Parts: sequence; structure tokens; C-alpha cells
Amino acid sequence: MAEATEGAVKTCDGVLRERGQQSVFCGLTGVVWLHRKIQDAFFLIVGSRTCAHLMQSAAGVMIFAEPRFGTAVLEERDLAGMADAHQEIDRMVGRLLERRPDIRMLFLVGSCPSEVIKIDLDRAAHRLNARHGATTRVVAYSGSGLDTAFTQGEDTCLAALVPHLPAAPADEGRSLLVVGCLPDVVEDQFARLFRDMGVGPVRFLPARGARDLPAVGPNTLVLAAQPFVGDTVRLLERKGATRLAAPFPFGAEGTTLWLKAAADAFGVDPQRFEAVTGPGQARARQALGRVRESLDGKRVFFFPDSQLEIPLARFLSRELGMIPVEVGTPYLNRQLVEPDLALLPEGALISEGQDVDRQMDRCLAAKPDLTVCGLGLANPLEAQGLTTKWSIELVFSPVHGYDQAGDLAGLFARPLARRALLKV
Amino acid sequence: MQLTVWTYEGPPHMGAIRVATAMEGVHCVLHAPVGDTYADLLFTMIERRAGRPAVTYSSFQARDMGGDSGGLFKRTVAEAYERFRPQVILVAPTCTGELLQDDPGGLARAVGLPIPVIPLSLPSYQRKENWGAAETFYALVRGLAGRGQPGPRPPRPEGQAPSCNILGPVSLGFRHRDDLVEVRRLLDLLGVTVNVVAPLGASPADLTRLGAADFNVVLYPEVADTAARWLERTFSQPSVRVMPIGVGATRDFVAEVARVAGIDPVPALDESTLRLPWYSRSVDSTYLTGKRVFLFGDASHVIAAARVAQDEMGFNVVGMGTYSREFGREFRQAAEQYGVEPLITDDYLEVEARLADLRPDLVLGTQMERHVAKRLGLPCAVISAPVHVQDFPARFAPQMGLEGANVLFDTWVHPLMMGLEEHLLTMFREDFEFHAEAAPSHLGSAAPRSLEPADAVVSIQADPAATLVAAPAAGDASPSSSTSPSTPGVTWEPEAEAELRKIPFFVRGKARRNTERFAADRGLARITVETLYDAKAHFGS
Repeated sequence: MAEATEGAVKTCDGVLRERGQQSVFCGLTGVVWLHRKIQDAFFLIVGSRTCAHLMQSAAGVMIFAEPRFGTAVLEERDLAGMADAHQEIDRMVGRLLERRPDIRMLFLVGSCPSEVIKIDLDRAAHRLNARHGATTRVVAYSGSGLDTAFTQGEDTCLAALVPHLPAAPADEGRSLLVVGCLPDVVEDQFARLFRDMGVGPVRFLPARGARDLPAVGPNTLVLAAQPFVGDTVRLLERKGATRLAAPFPFGAEGTTLWLKAAADAFGVDPQRFEAVTGPGQARARQALGRVRESLDGKRVFFFPDSQLEIPLARFLSRELGMIPVEVGTPYLNRQLVEPDLALLPEGALISEGQDVDRQMDRCLAAKPDLTVCGLGLANPLEAQGLTTKWSIELVFSPVHGYDQAGDLAGLFARPLARRALLKV
Repeated sequence: MQLTVWTYEGPPHMGAIRVATAMEGVHCVLHAPVGDTYADLLFTMIERRAGRPAVTYSSFQARDMGGDSGGLFKRTVAEAYERFRPQVILVAPTCTGELLQDDPGGLARAVGLPIPVIPLSLPSYQRKENWGAAETFYALVRGLAGRGQPGPRPPRPEGQAPSCNILGPVSLGFRHRDDLVEVRRLLDLLGVTVNVVAPLGASPADLTRLGAADFNVVLYPEVADTAARWLERTFSQPSVRVMPIGVGATRDFVAEVARVAGIDPVPALDESTLRLPWYSRSVDSTYLTGKRVFLFGDASHVIAAARVAQDEMGFNVVGMGTYSREFGREFRQAAEQYGVEPLITDDYLEVEARLADLRPDLVLGTQMERHVAKRLGLPCAVISAPVHVQDFPARFAPQMGLEGANVLFDTWVHPLMMGLEEHLLTMFREDFEFHAEAAPSHLGSAAPRSLEPADAVVSIQADPAATLVAAPAAGDASPSSSTSPSTPGVTWEPEAEAELRKIPFFVRGKARRNTERFAADRGLARITVETLYDAKAHFGS
């Protein structure tokens, strides 16, 4: 079919760019982990029943823990007139804040339906700030599938916070801003390492509380902890901050290089750096050594999901001896992942975007030892005889830093161990 | 707008995917933005399907919107046809697609495929998942079943076995797989042949043969009712609408099939493997008598379960509700039989409030009620979708037919305390092991418990109902509010509170409620031991 070839273009930079059916979550799913991180924030999605159903499916059992998110489901009468929609949002937010006075930050999250009918959530946030701003800051961002895939929802959320960040004190000197949601345990580990190196002040975006928005200014150095925060970093640069280039902190090598980028920028003495990071490196190498045998030489295929694929492929190939066959990413932010790309072995196909049927064909033809993919594809691929690792777990589990390196490797080793174990 | 955290049903296109996936040779193409593919994982994870569901999405993004999203949809239809070679393609927009100006039906026809293309009208902002399934199945049946003969059906030729269609089982249906086995077994025993089962396992060619059957068995009205009514009109096929859940309903089902088919019902009633009636009569079940049960789920499962609960388990139906607005009339009629106020809502907070108010001994519901019940410390069993992965079990676990009745008995009694266990707990309730706060052993840590008997007397335990009423919005059970009574403005004297704790826990909630109401009615601010016994005398229990 003539159109059949239209979707796939292998460009001169060696990256396969595909269009077609995409088997990825939309950015709304970012809410599932963001609301755990920002402990006094509420995420109000303005969308359809589909959005609510997605959140329920993505949040799984978490949905029963009375989470700090919900969906304002658009009904027939909301589609009729715009003025009505804004009144409805005001009414809903008023009721919500009355019932949850502990909420300090309210995110209005745009969805595909709210964007198509052009409900101006920025304007709604502005208006609601005038009313509730004294106690609750209202911020709008988009998590729609039209604009965002999966983890990009975190990027749009954090980017929406950037204009609200206070200016760093002029007399402060250099400060470090770590961007991207990290589990508290990982954040604390990094904070200790930076402290011991003498790097500081160190701030994190997002912070745990809505009131603790990190300051930013011309002396701020930005270190991305996640590969999907491209827009946020760009906006921070526009505020005068400087981005530090580094591979992402997965595994012993990634974590060391990531910390090194900050240490160098702060002029940390190499001996001190070694003294501070040495024990962590040793622990990570020890933990990885236990897993390496089971992954060494195994071929791995990544379907696009979270933009974590390139750094993870780098980690798996360099520290565990795996061979990346195809590394799919929903969106290739060259600027942020360049250091990881540079460390990837030759021969791996990098693909951006997706035509899921064609990619399944490539995957089945390649017969990788391990396929990293979403939950919609995992069981069907297992049924075809492939061993899979469902990718969403990589976003929800603590995987960054030295002391999680072994756990991260274990996530990839377990499905292979299980396949070897089962005798039926 | 309506604020939602839980939804009992997905959007209507979910229903369309469930019908297409259940069938062979049918593929659904949805005009949908990136992200709507999340629905796939319900099939691959909850139902554990080994294949991907029968659906392709156009996956449009912001950059397609100003341009040629219609062209994208046409390309998606063409490629889906090339790859999957279905015999029929269903096309529809999802909620966002519905807001675009594109017409999926017209666009798909313009592709010029050599197979039928059936456009679905799924109003996403008005209707929901079950309606979508019913509408999709109806559209397929109407599109494929052909034309009937006007007037009454010609009599069945002499010597030919009666035949029926089984309508309703779909993908992601609660126990549909095993119900079908049980119902086939019943029909087999009666000598009724099954012409077509649909949607589950049926091909478009099978749907063209629907008119050949003598009658239809409507297993799941939520999916099959619309199509069955059309078949009644078009082919003069009568419908059997008894849902064979429970012993009585199974017997009625057999009698109704026999009546409609004009045959003898006796052979199907081999009840040698049916254990519910004897189990229910055995003395250990005496303790089930009058247990207060609340039911919630889709309309047909709740109506069927209420009958089992009352007539076959000896429970007392104290409340029933459904999220199926489409069957509101039938549901109200059923609730009237039990003298309870029907709760027709898709707002789980309303269900939660009703549960907190009623404090039943057993909740029969969906996975939502399972979680609410867990929070309230109430026993619960699942009787209806939506369900989670554990309710798509590996073992044979029908709800229908004789084996289904056995399954119901085990499933419902299991979360309750067994008779002997309950008896021991009541007898030795001040004893170390059998203290008053001991939960049924099956519930594990669900209910509050104190480790030392002394604690049980001096400490005032959290009343989950009180928490709910005190903080209906927050839901996060805050420990500070947990000792307040469920009625504001009424305080328990410590001595009265301690006395209340001597009452067996399974009637304690009721005693607390009655006493507080008694006190409130009389304007008493404090409840003493006297008030407690005055209230007991007043209410007669």
C-alpha cells in the first residue's frame, strides 16, 4: 500500500522516525507519581470518562487510597457553552478546596477533550488564583495525549511551575537545582552525597511541599535527574540557569558521571569526590556483579514508553554486558540524552515515535532475549515466546543512584530467571 | 462536570472493544488520540489475554489536528484491514474523536474496503461502557443477521431438536467464560442445541445465522438486551430472560427454556452435584440467618444475587443498588420486593455513605465495594464487574447454574465468620484469644484489634463510620477524629463505652447507632450506661 511506507523515515542521523499507532500512555499518568511526591498538591484533571478510566487503570490499587487527584468529567451540557465550563470549574474547585483545606497547590490538568473544545485552563488558573491564591496556588498544565506521552506529563507540570519559582538571592553564589521527580529515598541519598562533597545549596524540583518552591537564578546550575524534563530545563535556562550535561544516574557509571558533572562545576577536589563516591561505587559494582552473569551477552529490545530507554540501554550494555537491538523512545530529546547516546554501543537501532504493528514485526523477527515494553504488549509477546519486562515499573520503582543499581539490574534479570525456572 | 475518582464503567468505546475482542474476524478502528491505547492493558492484564485486543487506534496528536486528521484515520483503517484481514470493521470515534469534525463512518467507507464497515454511534459524554457494548452488539446483529419473515415463526419440523442462541458473553465479562460452560451444560441436558453463541467466539458469518434458532437466551441483559429485542421483532424469536444465578433461578431458567422450546424440563434437573441447599440447611449455617446484606453492582447481577441471598442463604437484604441506569425501572421493581430503597448511582461516595449508614454484616459488590468494605472493616464478596485480576481466576468459577450456586455459597460465606468460630468468639469474648475485637480469621488485619484484653476494655476503638461522617470529603482517616461518635453532639461516657464493648461486635454497630439516635431524639448530650439500656429497651433488641 502506498501509504504504508509514509509513516517510517530513517533520517540521516541514523534514527528511525515512525508515525502510526502509538501504544503509549498519555501525560495524565504523570499525576500518579507526581501527587505522591508533592504532598500537599491536588491534581484536578478536566477531561472525559476516558481520562478517569485511564487514571483508574494506571493507578491500579492506588486509586483506593483516596488519592489527591480526580477528574472533572465533562458532560453533554459542558460541551454546549464555554462560559458554563468556566463556571463549572470554579464551582468544582471551590467545593474541592472547601473539603480539602490542606491543599496548598492545585493543578488544573488539561486533557485531549478539554483542549479540543478549547477550555482555557491557564485563564481559569489565573482567575482562581485571584480568589484562592492566599492559601492555594492554582497552576494549569497539559497532560493530554495530543501534546504529551507518559512521562512528558511530568515535564509539562514542572515547566508550568517554573514561572512561579522565586528568584535566588543575588548574594548566594552557585546553587544546584536537580530537576525531575525522584523517590524520597533516592533524593535523600543524592542530597547526602552532594553535602559530603561540599556542593550546595542543592534544591529539587519538584519539592515535597508546594510551599518549598526552589529558587532559581543566573547562578543556578541545573542537573536533570530524568531524561524527560527537556521543556522544564529549557525554561530554567531562559531564567538564566545553566544546564550541566551528564549521563543519567543509572548504575555505578551513570551515577558517578552524573555526580561528577556537578562536582566539577562546583570545583570539588577529585580526591574528595573519590572519597565521597567511592563507597557507593563499590557497593553498586558489587550488587551489579551478582546480576551480571545472567544478563551478559543477552540481546535487549526497547519499545518506546518513558524516554528512559536510551539511558537504560546504556546502563544495560556498559555495566551488564547486554546488547541493545532496538532502543525505541517516544521522543528523542537530543540535548539531554546526548551523553548517554555517546556511550551506547554501535549497532543499536534508535527509533523515535512508533508504529506499533511494524515495531512488533521487527521485535518478533529480531527474537531478543528480553523485550522492555508496556503492559498492553507484554503478555501478547510472552505468548509468542519472548521474555518481557514491563516498563512502567521502571518509572515507579526507585532505580536511580548507587544503592538502587542492583535493584535496577534485578528488574531486568528477574523475567529471565523466571523463564528459566518454570518447567510447565 | 462531575468530580470522579472511581468509575464503575469506562467510556462507551470500551464496550465496543470488548465486543470486537470477544468475536472472531471483527476489528475495531477508533479515531482516538495518543494515549487511548491504555484500554489494551485491561484485556492483556486483567483478563490475561495472550493476544492483543481487536482494536487499532489512529493515535492523532496536536500536529495532526490542524491538518489532515481525516486522512490519518483513512490510512489507519486501510492499514488495519491489510494487517488483520477482518471480515467486518467497526469504526467509531472515542470521546476526543467525537469532538472533531471528522466522520469516521464516511471516511472508512471512502477507503473502499471489500468488507462491511459498520460505523458506531457512541455518545461518550452521555453513555458508558455497558451501553457501548450493547449498542455495538446490536449494530453488528442488525448489520449482519439479515431480514426476517414477517408474522409468527413457522413450527419446528417434527423430530428436530430445538435450538437457541446464547447472547451476551463478552471479553472482560465477569465469569462469562465459565457461565457459558454451565449454561451450555444445562441446555445440553435439556436436548436444546446451541445455534450461535455471541459475541464471545462468534464470527460475522455466525451472526448471519442468528435467525435460524428457535429462541434466544439473554445471558447478560447489559450487553444483549438491545440485540435480543431486535431479534424478537425481526425473527419472532422469543427470549429467555431468566438469569440462572442461584438454585431457584437455575430451576426457573430450565423451566422457562423448556416452556419456550416446548420440551420436558426434567432431564436438566439432575442436582446430584448441587450442594448449596444442603450446605445452607446444615446446622453450621444457622448463624447465617438474618445476616444483614447490602448488594451493589450491575443491575442484573444484583437482582439475581438478592434472590440467592434471601431465599437460599437466609440473609436479610437491607440494601441494594446499581450503577446501571439503563435498568433503573427493573431494578426499582426488584428492590420493592425486598422493601428496600434502591440506590441507583455511579458515585462511589454515595455507595460508601450508604454502607457506612447501614453497617451490614456482609457486602456483595464490585471491587470498589471490596475496598470500601475493607476500610469499614466489613466482610465482602465480589458479585459483579468491575473486577480486578483475581476475579478472572484460573479455576472453574461460574456464577450460573448448579456449580455456580456452589461457588456462590463458598464465596459469600468465606468472608463471614463460620458459625462455630463465631459462637466461640461470642462465648469467650473476654478471653485472651477470643477477645471482642478479634476479626474473622479470614479478614486478617482488616478489622481493628487490640493485643491485650485489658486494652479492649479501656481503649476506645476507632469507629470507621465515625471517621467517614466526620470527614466525608477528606477520606484520609485522620486518627484524631476517630473517637468521636457517629452522631455529632452526643458523647459517650467512658463507662457506657466500655459497656457497649461487652455487646457482641456483630450487633455492636447497630446498638451504637440506636443508642445515639435514642439520645439525640431526647436531646441527651451524654450517653450513660442507663441510656444504653434505655435505648435497648426502647428498640427492643
